[in-house]
Amino acid sequence: MRTLRYLATRLLGMVGTLLVISVLTYAVFYLLPSDPARLSCGRPCTPDRLAEASAFMGYSKPWLQQYLDFLVGIVAGRHFGSGLAAVDCAAPCFGYSFRLNESVTQLIVDRAPVTFSIAIGAAVLWLIVGVGAGVVAAVKRGTVIDRSAMVFSTIGVSAPSYLVGLLGILLFGFTLDVVPVGGYVPLTESPVDWLWHLVLPWTVLALLSAAVYARLTRGQMLEVLSEDYIRTARAKGLRERRVIGRHALRNVLIPVATVFGLDLGTLLGGAVISEKVFSMQGLGALLIDAVGNVDLPLIVGVTLFSAFLVIFANFLVDLVYSVLDPRMSLSDAAASSGRN
Amino acid sequence: MVVDAPPVSAPTRQARHPLRQLLADRWAVAGGVTILVFLLVAVAAPLLSALEGHDPYTYDTNALTGDGLPIGFGGGISTEHWFGVEPQTGRDLFAIVVHGARTSFLVGFAATALSILIGVVVGVTAGYFGGWYDRIVSRFIDVLFGFPWLVFVIAIGAIAPAWLPKQLLIILVIGLFGWPGIARVIRGQTLALKQRTFVVAATALGAGPGHLLRRQYLPNLVSTIIVYSTMTIPGMIGAEAALSFLGVGVPPPTPAWGRTIGEAIAWVQTDPMFLIFPGAALFLVTLAFNLFGDGLRDALDPRTRGTRR
Repeated sequence: MRTLRYLATRLLGMVGTLLVISVLTYAVFYLLPSDPARLSCGRPCTPDRLAEASAFMGYSKPWLQQYLDFLVGIVAGRHFGSGLAAVDCAAPCFGYSFRLNESVTQLIVDRAPVTFSIAIGAAVLWLIVGVGAGVVAAVKRGTVIDRSAMVFSTIGVSAPSYLVGLLGILLFGFTLDVVPVGGYVPLTESPVDWLWHLVLPWTVLALLSAAVYARLTRGQMLEVLSEDYIRTARAKGLRERRVIGRHALRNVLIPVATVFGLDLGTLLGGAVISEKVFSMQGLGALLIDAVGNVDLPLIVGVTLFSAFLVIFANFLVDLVYSVLDPRMSLSDAAASSGRN
Repeated sequence: MVVDAPPVSAPTRQARHPLRQLLADRWAVAGGVTILVFLLVAVAAPLLSALEGHDPYTYDTNALTGDGLPIGFGGGISTEHWFGVEPQTGRDLFAIVVHGARTSFLVGFAATALSILIGVVVGVTAGYFGGWYDRIVSRFIDVLFGFPWLVFVIAIGAIAPAWLPKQLLIILVIGLFGWPGIARVIRGQTLALKQRTFVVAATALGAGPGHLLRRQYLPNLVSTIIVYSTMTIPGMIGAEAALSFLGVGVPPPTPAWGRTIGEAIAWVQTDPMFLIFPGAALFLVTLAFNLFGDGLRDALDPRTRGTRR
């Protein structure tokens, strides 16, 4: 019951946030003076044709009505125009790109696996390496491992991922010829090639962020290790491995989960940048292409989708949070997951 | 008559003067010196490139082979072109890099100023007034904090009005997304200050919000603001570089490190020096600000003293 109520509160909060963000985004993109209909009305663009194109795309309505249409479209799908020229956009419809003649949802579905592959793999790697290095640094405090983890974290914060990525391509791709220099192979096509093409992007993104997590984990670990319950665990005669792995690590992971939740947006940005470095055609490439061609429905669709994604992922992190720390009451968890 | 606030960080036993502490930190000093050097380069960019004899805009096909590659070793490094030339155009890379420092610093400083200003105003007022205003602001900060801002900033580029200079647009958007961090810290400190005896005393003596905010709160927040400003600058420089790298930042022909790094992708195998020079400049400036910021924080904030060895 408690868990259910917690879930319901968090879900409601998430939906509220999504609504606010989508209204703001929609307002920003549709209230600023730009005319998406003009771009696709062709030349010569007579006022009649412009009005026709505008009505067809649904831009002639007031923006709030357009926004509501958009929301309904996500749930129930949309239709543009009528007769022979009618366009169907099945639910969940995030808009329709009249330039590419494709629903935004389909475009996102086509491109998302690339971005997800980069982001999820990198995140897994950086959490394992970061937390692992932090724990080792804390346990072997003051040794070479400890010091190098600290130095590396300062460098990791300062080096742009694309620069390190390009140097990685130069060294491992061109000079040593051990990894491909770019491109993406779908997982369904060849899992080995998929992995092979992603090794370098993952390593670059993960190592730079792992350094920050190593620093955080180290600090937390040192604090936790001086707590009374750790002394109790040791006094009970538990093995050091168990003391650190079970008793200490759990409390160390709580702040790590908090920071990770905040880093999800950055992670997505990192994936977008990696796409360009490693010439992969993911969501970032889709968005940049849309921006270059002022494809407004696609821009809004991709932007809102990314926002939805990050907020949803944050919700998942919150759930992990409540598992990690059962002491957290419902409202506490919601409040402290964002604050620190 | 209400007395002014005493400094919040009462001297502890081993506390040294912040400046001496800062100067004793070798890494912070190295960072500070590097920042100064780059700042001088940025200010004197036209002078430096005139000294070398080139500007960052003129094409020079004589420095290129038929394939568009620079003639000579290391991307065409010579007494004529100190850092070599840009492939395909033959523009002087030294001139591009030193002028690029101007772009980075201009955008970095301006965007930092904007986000610190918003962050301090929002943070102080949220902490001071509390109530529903604080709740809304805190929630907003939470949302903005984990936001995929890069995606948003890329998207904004498409609908920005044409009369708005792109550089100003970048300053505005990255500045507007950069304030939640400082706002959260300042809010927390304001809440802590609220409980301090001197603030309670000033309030009891009948001081109004204007006096409290200006004479009691702000002087005690100055060191935090300075530290955060220093630590925000490298992030802003990095944000501008990332946008320019993606091709949605500072438009050509204005020199920008990020854009040159982005263009270097196509030449990374044949002319790696085209990547190395702007890349090294960007990395060094970011590292310098981070080292200096860390040192400044350790010197000004006694609580974190000794976390770095």
